[in-house]
Amino acid sequence: MVDDHTHDHHEQSFVQKYVFSTDHKMIGIQFLFTTLFMLLVGGALALAVRWQLAFPWTKMPIIGDLFGLISGSGASIFAGEGGQISPEFYTMLFTMHASVMIFLVIIPILAGAFGNFLIPLQIGADDMAFPILNMLSYWFMWPAIACFGISFFAGGVTAGPGSGWTSYPLLADLMQAAPNSGAGQTWWLMGLTLVGVSSMMGSINYMTTIINMRAPGMTLFRMPLTIWSMFITAILQSFALPVLTAAGFMQVTDRLLGTVFFIPSDLIVNNAEPTIGGGQPLLWQHLFWFYSHPAVYIMLLPAMGMISDMLSCMCRKPIFGYKPMIYSMASIAGLGFIVWGHHMFTSGMNPALGMSFMTSTMMIALPSAIKTFNWIGTIWGGKVQFNTVFLNCAAFVSMFIVGGLSGIFMAAVPVDIYFHDTYFIVAHFHYVLFGSTLFGVFAAIHFWFPKMFGRMMSDKIGQLHFLVTFISFNGTFFPMHLLGIAGMPRRYADPYLHPWLEHLKPMNQFMTYCAIIMGLAQLLLIGNFLISIFKGKKAGRNPWGANGLEWSAPSPPGHGNFDVPPVCYRTPYEYSSPEAEMLDQDYILQTEPPPRQTAAEQKGSADE
Amino acid sequence: MKKFWALFFFFWPTLAIVVCCIAPSQNWWFPSEAMSPLGKEIDGLFYLILVIVTITFIGTQYALGWVLWQSARQDDAAKAEFSHGSHTLELIWTIVPAFILLFIALYQMDVWMKFRVQAKFPDEAKNAPVVEVTARQFEWRMRYPAPGKLLQLNPQPDDLYTVNEMHVPVGRPVRFNLRSGDVQHAFFAPQLRVKQDAVPGLMIPIWFEIPKPGKYELLCAELCGWGHYKMRATIYAEPENIYHEYLEALQQEQNFDGVVPDTEEDE
Repeated sequence: MVDDHTHDHHEQSFVQKYVFSTDHKMIGIQFLFTTLFMLLVGGALALAVRWQLAFPWTKMPIIGDLFGLISGSGASIFAGEGGQISPEFYTMLFTMHASVMIFLVIIPILAGAFGNFLIPLQIGADDMAFPILNMLSYWFMWPAIACFGISFFAGGVTAGPGSGWTSYPLLADLMQAAPNSGAGQTWWLMGLTLVGVSSMMGSINYMTTIINMRAPGMTLFRMPLTIWSMFITAILQSFALPVLTAAGFMQVTDRLLGTVFFIPSDLIVNNAEPTIGGGQPLLWQHLFWFYSHPAVYIMLLPAMGMISDMLSCMCRKPIFGYKPMIYSMASIAGLGFIVWGHHMFTSGMNPALGMSFMTSTMMIALPSAIKTFNWIGTIWGGKVQFNTVFLNCAAFVSMFIVGGLSGIFMAAVPVDIYFHDTYFIVAHFHYVLFGSTLFGVFAAIHFWFPKMFGRMMSDKIGQLHFLVTFISFNGTFFPMHLLGIAGMPRRYADPYLHPWLEHLKPMNQFMTYCAIIMGLAQLLLIGNFLISIFKGKKAGRNPWGANGLEWSAPSPPGHGNFDVPPVCYRTPYEYSSPEAEMLDQDYILQTEPPPRQTAAEQKGSADE
Repeated sequence: MKKFWALFFFFWPTLAIVVCCIAPSQNWWFPSEAMSPLGKEIDGLFYLILVIVTITFIGTQYALGWVLWQSARQDDAAKAEFSHGSHTLELIWTIVPAFILLFIALYQMDVWMKFRVQAKFPDEAKNAPVVEVTARQFEWRMRYPAPGKLLQLNPQPDDLYTVNEMHVPVGRPVRFNLRSGDVQHAFFAPQLRVKQDAVPGLMIPIWFEIPKPGKYELLCAELCGWGHYKMRATIYAEPENIYHEYLEALQQEQNFDGVVPDTEEDE
């Protein structure tokens, strides 16, 4: 332990406690609020995208007028287009939807919110190893959010960065290639870099904390899978991120300082001067995906870890195959570094690479399969508590199966020739990132809410939210598989310009209605969340009867977390174990010492 | 309520399968059958994976539903089983999927090599590209050699140009060179199952073969700016003689100096 200060020693000022807090729990909660807010922003952007795909070139409801009201002139921002989405604006919408969801929601809600909140509590530490660095990792999010925010308007009000979240050169590299983006793309890159700084500070902290600050008895193989997943994620982040940061800087200098890292010579883009060149656009793709493929696992592994803990608790049964779960996460992380090329099968790289990346990509499906089987094995023979937490976990498993299986089509290079950049891909990654990760996050919010705020969230509203979200999610994203098979490309402002795609419009309209319902359903979650903070049923230390160290701390834990420095005696998965039964309960906290050897033996022999 | 949720997890995969089964009849399927021999092979691989994936999907989703149902049926006094897993099961579900996945990977190699590895191209496609396709914001430019000549890497004075119209002969493998004039694009011919990015600074050789004369769609599949969705072009597959007539007509049109000897102006 860092120092043996006494707890609740002095009153902290409001700013110290709620704003520039160095307490990991407060930072985690700050991350949670920020990312949930960003979830709404990203969702609104997605709805605008869906609007255009269902009713192209028609006036957006509400928003079409709203901007006009703000500017006061009565004219909408798309005055020339009568309140409809312009194609430039459409490119910005999907670019920013992806950027917000990936960099400001999913990565920070997993690592930032739950990583921060759970790591010290679950390993029995009183705080992170570097509390100030931890605070900075949160506060570096805000300049990033500001940069992303500025990028909306830097190129005028009708179009921000429009190169997709992948920011492929030369579209993203040359000002003249996307004239409407203007400086927006540069601001976007700055935002990206700052998000990276934030994540990096978090990762260093998580690794150090997990390695150095575990409670006595908390051996590596007694750590909850949440901690394992956070640990592996932190390693992934810290190895992959520098590459993205470097690549991002190269693109910034290409845009601002006239370097030509990604620009070949003699291209006349948009009637500008021919480029000087000497660079290679494929270089960006390699660097970008070297980060962004591991990033897919950064966006998934922590949810996998949390799901494992929650499933085990809600089934009152030990996790099926604890060590295989760890090894499969580790191999996902390891293989995750050598599969980036599967994003580039049609990119024109050496075709031999296509074959090796296909093989490694097929292999990475294996640990994911093992995890899925283990989750089903965990439920098998358990005493399932059908509550909101469990339902969201089960949805995670069910949706992950879809996302995993649809990935096999794209991993197969020849089949990917057809599916690359169609809606099949969009279906696939939404099943993984929303279907899996976000359902995992919903479960985690309900599960750890009592530890965060000392109160329970309403289970009834939670189940209703789950039901509506699950149905509308599948209504929105399942048909995307079929759109992809029908050949509808991604990122088209108006696919129906092509007569052979026209018959897909009714399906797109159905999906948009589902998406609107899904968006509205999230108000249930937000409302339940906010109201329960003040009005929820009071929760004790261990409302779920779970085993982890965090449940031996008060709810919410005070400064320094534990009232007694915890000592860990067992793995966190001994639900329904004989020892638990001896205590007349179906769980046994990790802090519960084993029955004294002699006493136990005496008792045992006496019983017989 | 327990049983409702257990059935719920049976219900949705069933619905998903039903939707997939009726999809082809509703035209929610491939835009047409594959119109090229290689495309047919790609479709074959797709259906192979589809079968494997569907079996896995049904197996795992119903296993999930079944374990939920088992638990939902229990009475309240029932206890969870205390088990940390099974070594044998772990081995089985590691080794079996490993072989299946490896099989899928190895089985795909051949078609991929035919499509992209130049040494494995059909003989007619190894040399002598028929046309050079250059993607630009937001159009497709074709450069053909003058009739009777071979396409050179660099533009020649007598080359023939068209925009958004790609004419190719039917019945033999057609090799073409793909370039980009500005940003990155992708050549996507959905009915032929061909897709290849056009990368600035690279010249990428591609081939396809169309047995049946007709019009085929061509569009851009890599985000290239605001007009990405507009990059629509048509591939005209024509019998050899019509193709040559077309090129000759194109040459005449292009070499036409605007002087019309002895016809009266009538509009």
